[in-house]
Amino acid sequence: MGEPTPKIKILQGALASDLSAATYQIHDESHTLGNALRWMLMKNPKVEFCGYSVPHPSENHIHMRIQMYDNLSSLDALLKALSDLDDLCVTIDEAYQKNLQEARYERWNEES
Amino acid sequence: MASSSASSSKLPQSVYNPRRHVGVHAERVTDVSSTEYPGHYPDEDHSWDLAKFKQNLKVEVKRLSQRSVEFDLVGVDASIANAFRRIMIAEIPTIAIEHVYVWNNTSVIQDEVLSHRIGLVPLNVPPALFKYRNPNGVPTDQDTIVFKLNVTCEVEKNAPKEKGAPRKLIHEEVLSGDLLWVPQGEQQSVFPAGSPFPAPTNKNIVLAKLRPGQEIDMDLHAIKGVGKEHAKWSPVATASYRLHPLILLNPSKPVPTHLAPKFARCFSPGVVQVDKDGQISIDERNMRKESMSREVLRHKEFEGCVDLRRIRDWFIFTVESEGPYEPQDLFPQSIRVMREKIALIRREAEALMADSDAAPGSVGPDGDIEMGGV
Repeated sequence: MGEPTPKIKILQGALASDLSAATYQIHDESHTLGNALRWMLMKNPKVEFCGYSVPHPSENHIHMRIQMYDNLSSLDALLKALSDLDDLCVTIDEAYQKNLQEARYERWNEES
Repeated sequence: MASSSASSSKLPQSVYNPRRHVGVHAERVTDVSSTEYPGHYPDEDHSWDLAKFKQNLKVEVKRLSQRSVEFDLVGVDASIANAFRRIMIAEIPTIAIEHVYVWNNTSVIQDEVLSHRIGLVPLNVPPALFKYRNPNGVPTDQDTIVFKLNVTCEVEKNAPKEKGAPRKLIHEEVLSGDLLWVPQGEQQSVFPAGSPFPAPTNKNIVLAKLRPGQEIDMDLHAIKGVGKEHAKWSPVATASYRLHPLILLNPSKPVPTHLAPKFARCFSPGVVQVDKDGQISIDERNMRKESMSREVLRHKEFEGCVDLRRIRDWFIFTVESEGPYEPQDLFPQSIRVMREKIALIRREAEALMADSDAAPGSVGPDGDIEMGGV
């Protein structure tokens, strides 16, 4: 089996020494998280470029490329995007639960 | 057709903002992706702003039945809506039969085919009560639910005899309702008598057909899993969304009054209204029912009269539950799974950060690569 694959690692072949540009390999993730995280990273004005890919369908990981302005750290931007994405999830959950409790929907009977 | 949903009768004025529109043309769609990113529009700030997001977000449950739910998610990007849709299909755990031990099967349906059919039967077991099975471990009462299927077909001997009438058979069909739960270890206390015990959600699924004397005897082990491994673990029959349709009439080119009924027939029933003078109006409440067949674009006489659009950030979700979850609980579950994914990556990314801080000049668990090298 060897060593377990790390959840996230930095690809050494495409890296700026100050981490201002880096490609992260995220294990056991797909378009589900990749595209959502890419969108949140692109919402950061300090991000010059962000893109993700699924390099091969039989390899269970994604690549997330982040390049920053002003030599800022791409890892900081990644952490900020993750925390913002979490806030977004909480907001949607609260809004859904609130609306569900108001029970203003149409109730109907579905035969199975 | 009186809809009892308490939705507002008018759409908010902001849906007419052309920046929110996806164009629908005869053979193509335009402006599919959002452009609201920082730096795209001069003098506009589109960076992430939670307060602004909260203000624009609208979530509204529209219709709910025992099996399905329809709700609107307005004000998010497609990448977010799609993440929740994908999670509902592939990453919310359920419990399904995975291991089948065949003691006897004299029916005409082969062991492996029957086993596959049994695996697909949706069970009512709440997945939160159970753990994932350790792939190399021994099954325990915390990760495995055992069912028994023992059915023999016989001739009904007590049935009244009528000349020429076919024989009455017992267990001519093996149904999902014939699966009997066998409590293991402490499971009896998890499902106390009187509460719903583990069983298929639908008791009338035909698994096999038997003739007199044929027998099926199997032990079945159900375990927890997710839909991305096998669709039998998917908690939904469908989870999909569509974008809210929008029909824009061109005020400078009204539809000729004598063609008004033909124009109305190009759309789904109730969407376009024609008054007695042949004047056309769009019912905003019914706009969401439009099938977007694009029929109106096939007729030369209506060219330029109407624009078909969709609203890029208005997602109409339809989710059908097929398993242990109530339909309205599936979306919150998908949010929970999404947050778990985020939390895991965040923890690992923070560890990565600590690593790179501790060892300046080298990054990564190996630590053997000098940064800034060739």
